[in-house]
Amino acid sequence: MSIELIIGILNIVLISTTPLVFAGIGELVTEKSGVLNLGLEGLMLVGAVTGFITLVITGNYFYSLFLSIISGVILSGIFAFLVLNLMTNQIATGLALTIFGIGLSAMLGKKFGGTPIDGLNPYYFIVISFLLVFFVAYFLSKTKTGLIVRAVGENHNSAYALGYNVIKTRYLTIIFGGVMSSLAGYYISICYAPMWQEGMTAGRGWIALALVVFATWKPWRLLVGAYIFGGVAIMQMNLQAIGVKLPGQFFNMMPYLATIIVLVFISSNKLRLKLSAPSSLNIPFEKNQ
Amino acid sequence: MLRKILTILSFLAVISVSAVHADQKKIGFIYIGPPGDHGWTYMHDQGRIYMENALGDSISTTYIENVPENADAVRAIRKLAASGHDLIFTTSFNYMDQTLEVAKEFPDVKFEHATGFKRMDNVSTYSARFYEGRTIIGHIAGKMTKTNTIGYIVSFPIPEVIRGINAFYLAASKVNPDVKIKIIWNYSWYDPGKEADAANTLINQGADIIVQHTDSYAPCQAAEKAGVLAFGQASNQEAFCPNSHMTSIEDIWGPYYAAKAQAVVDGTWSSEDTWQGFKDGMVEMSPYNTKLLPLDLILEAKSMETAIENGTLHSFEGPIYNQAGELVVKEGEVADDGMLASMMFYVQGIDGEVPQ
Repeated sequence: MSIELIIGILNIVLISTTPLVFAGIGELVTEKSGVLNLGLEGLMLVGAVTGFITLVITGNYFYSLFLSIISGVILSGIFAFLVLNLMTNQIATGLALTIFGIGLSAMLGKKFGGTPIDGLNPYYFIVISFLLVFFVAYFLSKTKTGLIVRAVGENHNSAYALGYNVIKTRYLTIIFGGVMSSLAGYYISICYAPMWQEGMTAGRGWIALALVVFATWKPWRLLVGAYIFGGVAIMQMNLQAIGVKLPGQFFNMMPYLATIIVLVFISSNKLRLKLSAPSSLNIPFEKNQ
Repeated sequence: MLRKILTILSFLAVISVSAVHADQKKIGFIYIGPPGDHGWTYMHDQGRIYMENALGDSISTTYIENVPENADAVRAIRKLAASGHDLIFTTSFNYMDQTLEVAKEFPDVKFEHATGFKRMDNVSTYSARFYEGRTIIGHIAGKMTKTNTIGYIVSFPIPEVIRGINAFYLAASKVNPDVKIKIIWNYSWYDPGKEADAANTLINQGADIIVQHTDSYAPCQAAEKAGVLAFGQASNQEAFCPNSHMTSIEDIWGPYYAAKAQAVVDGTWSSEDTWQGFKDGMVEMSPYNTKLLPLDLILEAKSMETAIENGTLHSFEGPIYNQAGELVVKEGEVADDGMLASMMFYVQGIDGEVPQ
């Protein structure tokens, strides 16, 4: 293998893995505070279509990025209100958010499908994704606010008794996660495959969700896991192209399979604690209990 | 899970729409992707719109999009049948058994299954001879490649796709015996990101022409970005890659859909197998890109189109050998439709094996 070929492969791996890093790291922070948001796919699609439409109308990358972020704030804000204030079921609300996002993005983008745009250089986002993982890892382990987020996720009643504002903390982590998903969507429609087509995220939101579990809620492992998933997908394409026969369906299901194996592995309680799954994950918090 | 919920939601929409008109013939469509894919589903939807315009008030149409090729398809087709649709088009190969299953339950409803080969008294099949277009682009690719390496992105190993690869390779190797094709199976019809990854991988491995048998225009865009050549798929994709798009193979479903709908309105519909190509206008080539292709090559391509139309040229003319070196089509003969419809082998010269 020549050097050019290897550099080319690494280049494709970097470009294709970045959306997983964005969506995954956002969801990791949300889950660390004890909230499971299954709405990533919907958030990504709305982020993608909002950015795309704004770019087509204004021609300005800054506005498109800004509005894409706003879409994430609004949608995840609604999700936060439902699960935190109205204490709706997180799984059902997250699924509803995904379904809503798929429908909303298809409706908004109807007139814009097939409009050619100039894509943005993906390397800005690739660099930011690495910085982001570093920032989140530092934030969760070394800062006081980060420890509060984790305390809220481990045991919200104790955190509340200590005087921490559980609801406010969770609002912020949910919105952070929402914005990261929007950015992942923005990256897909503006950098990765510069276009708008309905459902174009093609299940990457679900892979990002699986990735958080696969990484056992650790930021650096999430980065490694994302690059394992992304790297394997691109390697199998390269092997196919040089004529090696491979079971392609197997590689499509690999992220989910790997996640199930990790889930089985951590289902024993003692290990689970060690592996840092937030204990209050998916449990609603009631103030006056 | 999610797909199920979506399918159920779209059923509700279908029921509410179709409750309104009672005297019209109701015609339903099952789509594998979104109508906005600018590829396969887009062209079926264009066909639906053509049919609506042609028949006016005598019909009304509905469609369910993004229906997966599994048990969900049975529910989607059954809902259309149960909600009073008279004619239902199921527009993907792997809806085959699902279409038959529902057709048995609703003998009075007519079904039209695209690209399949199983028929019943109330189930017709129809397809286009896309491979005729693949012969044209194979010829062009064989003459235009400088690295003698062509990248080919494909979805699932089904006869239609394999027939396309073979037709392409036979035409390309005829004008350029050194040509090699590199094939990547994506195992999805529609995932723009993955299609772009596959295109970039092939370009990275030295391909200077990208051919696709998937549904989005991401491969053509990736080719444009990398400065290599490409062919579009299903619809004219020139707008997305003006400097790399040589031509596209277009699927033209409208006249067929209008004719079949008219037959249902008139009560003359009967089960049949339709397989049309250039001759009947079901397959067309997009305008050849005069900036990229030399004039004499464009003229060659056009005369090949004409030759295929009058039957003097066939995409599968003998002698054709399979990879094991066995003669499958004798000299002076052409492959019959039975062989084409069930083609699951590569012809001699293609590297790799057909996935099982």
